[in-house]
Amino acid sequence: MTQEKAPLQSPSIDPAELAKFAALAAEWWAPDGAFAALHRMSPVRMGFVRDRAMSHFQRPQGRRPLDGLTAYDIGCGGGLASLPLARLGAAVEGIDASPEAIGAARAQAAALGLPAVFSVDAVEAMAARGAKPADLVIALEIIEHVADLRSFLEAIEALVRPGGLLILSSINRTAKARALAIMAAERLLRWAPEGTHEFEKLVKPEEITSALPGFAWEKPVGMSYSVLDRSWRLSADVSMNYLLAGARPG
Amino acid sequence: MTLRSSPRSFTAQPRSDVFISGGGPAGQTLALALAQGGLSVAMADAQPPAETLAEHFDGRAFAIAFANMRMWKALGLGEALAPHAQRIEKIVVADGRIGGPARDGVSLSHLFFDREEIAPGADGEALGYMLEYRHIRRALDQAVRAEPRIRFLAPMTVEGFEAGPAGVSVRLASGETIASDLLVGADGRKSFVRRKAGVDVVGWPYPVTAVVATVRHEKPHGGVAHELFLPAGPFAILPLTGHRANIVWVEKHKAAQALLAMREEDFLAELRPRFGDFLGALSLEGPRFGYPLSLQLATAMIAPRTALVADAAHGVHPIAGQGLNIGLKDVAALAECVVDSMAAGLDAADPSGLERYQRWRRVDNVSMAAATDVFDRLFSNDNLGLRVARRTGLALVNAIGPARRFFMRFAGGAEGALPKLLRGESLAA
Ligand SMILES: Cc1cc2nc3c(=O)[nH]c(=O)nc-3n(C[C@H](O)[C@H](O)[C@H](O)COP(=O)(O)OP(=O)(O)OC[C@H]3O[C@@H](n4cnc5c(N)ncnc54)[C@H](O)[C@@H]3O)c2cc1C
Repeated sequence: MTQEKAPLQSPSIDPAELAKFAALAAEWWAPDGAFAALHRMSPVRMGFVRDRAMSHFQRPQGRRPLDGLTAYDIGCGGGLASLPLARLGAAVEGIDASPEAIGAARAQAAALGLPAVFSVDAVEAMAARGAKPADLVIALEIIEHVADLRSFLEAIEALVRPGGLLILSSINRTAKARALAIMAAERLLRWAPEGTHEFEKLVKPEEITSALPGFAWEKPVGMSYSVLDRSWRLSADVSMNYLLAGARPG
Repeated sequence: MTLRSSPRSFTAQPRSDVFISGGGPAGQTLALALAQGGLSVAMADAQPPAETLAEHFDGRAFAIAFANMRMWKALGLGEALAPHAQRIEKIVVADGRIGGPARDGVSLSHLFFDREEIAPGADGEALGYMLEYRHIRRALDQAVRAEPRIRFLAPMTVEGFEAGPAGVSVRLASGETIASDLLVGADGRKSFVRRKAGVDVVGWPYPVTAVVATVRHEKPHGGVAHELFLPAGPFAILPLTGHRANIVWVEKHKAAQALLAMREEDFLAELRPRFGDFLGALSLEGPRFGYPLSLQLATAMIAPRTALVADAAHGVHPIAGQGLNIGLKDVAALAECVVDSMAAGLDAADPSGLERYQRWRRVDNVSMAAATDVFDRLFSNDNLGLRVARRTGLALVNAIGPARRFFMRFAGGAEGALPKLLRGESLAA
């Protein structure tokens, strides 16, 4: 996956398909739609990804600090993180198992004219067929939804090139997360449909780091939500939402 | 260089990151700030530049707070503005009867704000700067036209817009449509963007008109600004470069109409007893202008893919010369929020960024509107009891609070988190 190969206008995109998914894109990209909670996370999540990538790859300040880097956005959904990565200059491929989400992502990328590629795929399948590893791999708010964490993480490892960077974010499996993240997010604030998260599936940061011991992991960083401001900020408290960055030794 | 150098294969219409409707002082400053932050901007103004830049298009002069002056310097306007900026060294606020500022000397009902107390020395930061509208307009216009990231269309009216998940499409009088991430309404008090976005306004008209004129006087003013509270409303003498001053004279509509219509000699004859003779002989420079006053606040500063700045969001009583000043603070805050959103790879209209802008500015704007309104009521009343109370200094104590607070804000923007531009920092990455 290189800059040149990232098609600006993929031949696989059929205009009729685009139209069909435009409605879904509207849902994914409506600021007060079903995915509003994820949109609210974007400034802090993307700020973290940008800062970690800039320091890891020693990129100078600028409008396109990730220019020339290749990236996979695993579990990309409607492209909420892929499109920002494309704006920052990365040649990004978004991967999701849901054809509807991928259709929505493609429609939005097309409407914005952003050169991001999207594929209905699974990390295990990609690893098995030897997909080209990328400089940067992000998997945001996805591991809490996967069926087999270990096989998922091992497949992801194969997608990060030696010397590359992996960034994950998720919800911690703590009593506080149970009370607040699931109950508040799903029942009270109605951010996510009920049943979006199952407590047993939540992952602790140390479960990730111990599953991928070959990575040089940074300390996890917390994300806290202010109900008053309706906005997220980075914090030292990782008992709820957290972000985790690890470098694969070169 | 455009921000997104990648070709936009699917978008046939031209696209800019931000579209600004209204190229007044707020819109133009915003365009420069966003361009400095690396964004591409399209801006339309309904009026022909030949008119807006003409010598006598607008008689107002603005007292610009130094934080805003710092922003204009950070945006590269320092050199163009410097020769026209009159430093304000001292402000005298007095509860007056007709007779002029120099009449009763130092009395209990005077408030002084002296730059020397805050920033001593010959080059200490001034309390503010007086700048005539046309000089501001010209400096901004020149800078805007020299900036390749800004496409400035004038005269051009915004006639419609449609916001959707992938952007906002703005329809111009020429028939052209321009797509953007974000539409900013910097289109003044009667903001079309505000109306079309469905944002309500609250407020009321004041029964008064501000008569504005520029006078030449014999003696140097020493950079002293006077604000005198006369029965009908405030009367301000604001120092301009040279032996000149801008006067803002608030009167009931009828009286104001008469002042605007009468012959020059008659106007001067009305002016003299109010102005006093402390600056020697007076003559008029240029025409007189009338501005009916109202208080007006938009109930929101943002809507989907839309933000309102300056007079489009709030019009306050000019009693403390704050209208454009608070508008420029909006500009600094919005520019920073939008540039931050884009620096994280997000849409310029990212809802979190827009909400941050609204949180940042709303409290300040509402309290300014309320404070100017109360201040005006306290001082514009010719009720004898009030006047006596004021004279005895009882009300003065109450008045000092708001008055001091005004001029503190005025002198520097004492509020906690100042946007970068107001601290004189650049938004360039
Ligand atoms: C008497 C008086 C004295 C004042 N003194 C001071 C002072 O000392 N200090 C101070 O800070 N403030 C002062 N103010 C307030 C100040 O004048 C305003 O706050 C300031 O002009 C606001 O600037 P703006 O750019 O928001 O709006 P405006 O200056 O009103 O500009 C809006 C622009 O939008 C354009 N426009 C409108 N509709 C459209 C459309 N549909 N399409 C395209 N373009 C459009 C118009 O042509 C115009 O150029 C004073 C006001 C008055 C009345």
